[in-house]
Amino acid sequence: MTGERPVWEEERELKVRAAVDTDPRFGMRPEDRPLQEHLRLGVVNLDKPPNPSSHQVAAWVKRILGASHVGHGGTLEAAEPGRPDGHRGAACSA
Amino acid sequence: MVTGVLPVALEDATKAVQVFLYSGKEYVCLMQLHGDVDDLDVKSILEEFTGEILQRPPLRASVRRDLRKRTIYRISLLEKDGRRVLFRVACQAGTYIRKLCSDVGEALGCGAHMRELRRTRAGPFTEDEHIFTLQQLQEARRLHVEEGCEGPLREAVRPVEEIFKHIPKIYIRDSAVDAVCHGARLAVPGVVKVETGISRLGPAAIFTLKGEVVALARSELSTQEIMEAEKGIAARPVRVIMRPGTYPRRWGGVQEQI
Repeated sequence: MTGERPVWEEERELKVRAAVDTDPRFGMRPEDRPLQEHLRLGVVNLDKPPNPSSHQVAAWVKRILGASHVGHGGTLEAAEPGRPDGHRGAACSA
Repeated sequence: MVTGVLPVALEDATKAVQVFLYSGKEYVCLMQLHGDVDDLDVKSILEEFTGEILQRPPLRASVRRDLRKRTIYRISLLEKDGRRVLFRVACQAGTYIRKLCSDVGEALGCGAHMRELRRTRAGPFTEDEHIFTLQQLQEARRLHVEEGCEGPLREAVRPVEEIFKHIPKIYIRDSAVDAVCHGARLAVPGVVKVETGISRLGPAAIFTLKGEVVALARSELSTQEIMEAEKGIAARPVRVIMRPGTYPRRWGGVQEQI
């Protein structure tokens, strides 16, 4: 019943090669970023609404947050944008 | 009607979205059967689709329509009401669920199509407390702009590092960071810690010791080999996310004194 395991169920171990520390003067832990930096290096886990395309939804996120550019991870519904609304046959009735 | 998890990366984080091309997905799908079929038959036929399947991408696809192999990690019937079937599926990236429905329909002998689809996972992103609707996002932004309250906005946006949750990581010395930011290959002596699960030519994420992502990389060695090697190249960056200059330059000609 169960095939190959998905990657999110894999467990990883951390192996240490050298004992060295990091200089607190450079960079910072992701959770310590000031808001501006946090947004520049941020990702929104968006709950996509039914009608607009993934692309349109990403454009709205861009406008809401005033981001200079955005990119979305994995188009939800690759087949839909190509179908003009007037041509929805039985096969895509919802 | 397609809804659910859609990670949207902002600005510099957009460089990381290619990770989603390879990350598995989970869906809940409502399928419409074109004939009457016994509940148990639906259940067993669905389960037969577990494991490796062959799919030809649909006519309107953004990829070549060659037959390709995809893995269905798990598929299970949730509910059946007459000719409507609700099922859950966990699958490899690039699996077409609309196609899966018509193939299941064919296997059942009656035909079927996808009616509604909800994505419940894209890689590490799931329908958890961090999923936001456009309206919630708008409200978080308004609270920040109008009331100077940054908490909700900060919470609606996750650090780019979360995209790399399932990619095995290589943690490097501060002194190696800037070179990688400039696209240089990572040498073994620059590696401090390494996660298990790295294979030769497989993906790896290069991180700082503070837990910041530097680059998405292709590993030249396995975890074991990185642990055992004295020198040589451990990984080459394929996409740099961190801006150069974040860490001091400590490579090439003269070394800066810091």
